[in-house]
Amino acid sequence: METVWFILWGVLWGVYFLLDGYDLGAGALMPVMAKSEEDRKKIYNSIGPFWDGNEVWLITAGGVTFAAFPGTYATMFSALYSALMLVLFALILRGAGLAMREETANPRARRFWDVLFYVGSFLAALLFGVFFANIFKGVPIDGEGVFHGNLFTLLNPYGLMGGLLFLVFFFTHGSIWLALKTDGDLQERATRSALRFWRVLLVISVLFLVFSGILTSLYDNYLANPVLFIIPVITVVSLVLTGIFVMKRDWYKSWWTSSIYILSATLFGVIGIYPSLMPSSIDPAFSRTIHNTASSPLTLKIMLGVVVVFVPIVIAYQAWIHKLFGGKVKGDRSAYHEGY
Amino acid sequence: MDVLILSRLQFAVASMFHFLFVPLTLGLSILLAIMEWKYVRTGDEEYKRMVKFWGRLFVINFVIGVLTGITLEFQFGTNWSKYSEYVGDIFGSLLAIESTLAFFLESSFLAVWIFGWDRVSKRLHAWSITIVAIASNVSAFWILAANAWMQNPVGYTIRNGRAELTDFFAVITQKLVFLEFLHVVSGAYILGGFFVMGISAYHLLKKQNIDFFTRSFRMALAFSMVFSILEVVNGHFSGNYVAEHQPAKLAAMESHWETQTYAPMALLTIPDEENERNLVELIKIPGILSFLAFNNLAAEVTGLKDIPKDERPPVALTFYPFRIMVLLGCLFPLLSIFGWIWRKKLIDHTRFLRIMLYAIPLPYLAIEMGWMVAEVGRQPWIVYGIMKTSDAVSPIAGSQVMVTLIAFTVLYSLLGIVDFLLLARIARKGPQGIEAASTGKEVRI
Ligand code: HDD
Ligand code: HEM
Ligand code: HEM
Repeated sequence: METVWFILWGVLWGVYFLLDGYDLGAGALMPVMAKSEEDRKKIYNSIGPFWDGNEVWLITAGGVTFAAFPGTYATMFSALYSALMLVLFALILRGAGLAMREETANPRARRFWDVLFYVGSFLAALLFGVFFANIFKGVPIDGEGVFHGNLFTLLNPYGLMGGLLFLVFFFTHGSIWLALKTDGDLQERATRSALRFWRVLLVISVLFLVFSGILTSLYDNYLANPVLFIIPVITVVSLVLTGIFVMKRDWYKSWWTSSIYILSATLFGVIGIYPSLMPSSIDPAFSRTIHNTASSPLTLKIMLGVVVVFVPIVIAYQAWIHKLFGGKVKGDRSAYHEGY
Repeated sequence: MDVLILSRLQFAVASMFHFLFVPLTLGLSILLAIMEWKYVRTGDEEYKRMVKFWGRLFVINFVIGVLTGITLEFQFGTNWSKYSEYVGDIFGSLLAIESTLAFFLESSFLAVWIFGWDRVSKRLHAWSITIVAIASNVSAFWILAANAWMQNPVGYTIRNGRAELTDFFAVITQKLVFLEFLHVVSGAYILGGFFVMGISAYHLLKKQNIDFFTRSFRMALAFSMVFSILEVVNGHFSGNYVAEHQPAKLAAMESHWETQTYAPMALLTIPDEENERNLVELIKIPGILSFLAFNNLAAEVTGLKDIPKDERPPVALTFYPFRIMVLLGCLFPLLSIFGWIWRKKLIDHTRFLRIMLYAIPLPYLAIEMGWMVAEVGRQPWIVYGIMKTSDAVSPIAGSQVMVTLIAFTVLYSLLGIVDFLLLARIARKGPQGIEAASTGKEVRI
């Protein structure tokens, strides 16, 4: 049961990254991608109906961590207090920018909200990477869950590399999204940017896989159980396919393959730390694992019922909404004001 | 300052700020759904204009509600890690269920509603706001079930050094869940109604869009009147409940020091916590407190002096908020009833309209005061009777919390100001402002 929850936990975070990934990525790219007010509106319109629904996956991933592994939830978010708070502030600023910019016609005020929007998106993408790379590597926590370090402890080479990796895959994913949702010059630029970031991503991914071998013990589980190597293989294959589809300008397929890439890359790290959810770098005995932090069997059972019934329903209506608002976006008036 | 105080302050700032936006979401979504179904049924374009105008205000408020909710979801882990670890088995699952059942629906169908005017049928469009309204209320149910469990833990056992769930059904069906739900949700509906009435009153005073705002006013009036009367009744039941289960909170709510039968209540009381007495007690009527608490004039009401000092909540911070809430709770039905009497000729009752305009902040005040009563009155317990707040706090550095507390305060104040200015501007412009925007003429600040 704990193992089932462990996998669900990884999948939920992966789904969050693949969904919010495209809107955070598209947002962070705005300053280089948008050359005019019309372009900016297109970018906002392309994510307008979806960003909040995507962000709820974060809330659910957090909530499920709390429900299934309360001890991990407690340690993870208190030990990494400052980093998490920064992420939350970034998300608030970004949301505020996104919501407010359409409410004003004053170009200066718009610039201000735009800056909040893309800086917030950028920071969130980067920090999620730092956050998770550190978890994959192990964090200096003691047996009481007390963190021995500070914000800068997290900015070690592996953590920074994780931040870069996330940033670049959010960029790639966001570019593909924009290419899918727009046309004309903006689409051209998005295409070029998707290709460019895809190449960088290829390099960083390989480096990350290599350095994970040197700096972490992520591979131990894989060596013990070689079948699992299927996960990194899927990661690499889907990444390569993403590039091929981007070159073919098949946006739809490349969005799917890059989503699979994100999901499997997340799972690669998560499976590597099994059965820990938050390994301790001080002493493995201090790690927060599925054994010492899981909820009672009754709670796990109830939660499993809830998730098995309702998550597919959520996926169904969110897919319907993506279809409903499918197709290219316009950049004249905002979709928001079309409604009002 | 130490982590505990800072974390309490931060939690209070974050939750009370979140709760400035939540009640309008709960109340206005229902009014919007009613308006839109009227539009679908009658085809009367005036209703559609109403939906668009009030909907615009709704959406802005909603977004800030969402943004401030996200931080709350994680604050149990960041600031109350000992708490999270101790009760997560029960408390965490309620939060997780809330987001799977409710938040997804709210956010997804709100998008359909905002962006879908010309993509879905009229009926499906009306259904989307209906789903948003239902989902918001479902979300309130689950979070209040979690809160009720902190007030009165049931269905658990202490095992493996923590509280573990033994009876899920007991947790979500205990009496307090329904009391809290009814009370909070009715409060939110009052607030939604007063919000609509206040803004309508502004335009009626200016004699603008008279038909539009008279209709809006009357609809909101009926809604608020029902729930403001209901609120007094279920507030009384909440009081009974507190008297039975949390005697220390009740004593603090009433600043009641001596245990006695035929316990009196004074019209004007000023507590003096230091000397364990009341500085002023004017017009004391015997038996009233006993009656309010236990429906029996002779009942014995425990006084604070009989509660160990380290188990007493802060008296003034519980007492004054309670008085304010109850005073306002009596005012709302009165205002609603006057409105009802004058509903046919609203436009002539300028004094009443002016009062209604200035009454907009009052339900906000009542709701925030209510939470103060419930949460401060529960102190020193975080989970009543099983865990103290001082044992719940995370083992982190106070300096970290100091930084985030300042950041929260600054950020939230700015967000609050922007939100207020924006709502005020849109509200003042009236429906024409929005129609101008949607025909391409930009609105300027
Ligand atoms: C009585 C109702 C109520 C209460 C007591 C709370 N909330 Fe809330 N919350 C709502 C009612 C609500 C809502 C009406 O359902 C909101 C407002 C806007 C929205 O999207 O849903 C919401 C939004 C909201 C969101 C954002 C959802 C989204 O992105 O769509 C989160 C994460 C939380 N809340 C979490 C909390 C937590 C952790 C609370 C406890 C301290 C809390 N809320 C108190
Ligand atoms: C329903 C969900 C809620 C839960 C689970 C909850 C839980 C908590 C927790 C964990 C604390 C921290 C411990 C403490 O400082 O006492 C607290 C304190 C507090 N909460 Fe709530 N709360 C909820 C809703 C709210 C809301 C909506 C408000 C106000 C609008 C509120 C107002 C406060 C205040 C003012 C305090 C500080 C009390 C004090 O420190 O003396 N709470 N609550
Ligand atoms: C005369 C009328 C009222 C009475 C007798 C009353 C009574 C109470 C009592 C006894 C509590 C504490 C419950 C607890 O701690 O468990 C409470 C809490 C609360 N009240 Fe009231 N109330 C009244 C009016 C109002 C109004 C008008 C509003 C808002 C518009 C409101 C909003 C709240 C809220 C949000 C809480 C905290 C949640 C809860 O514990 O249920 N109340 N009320």
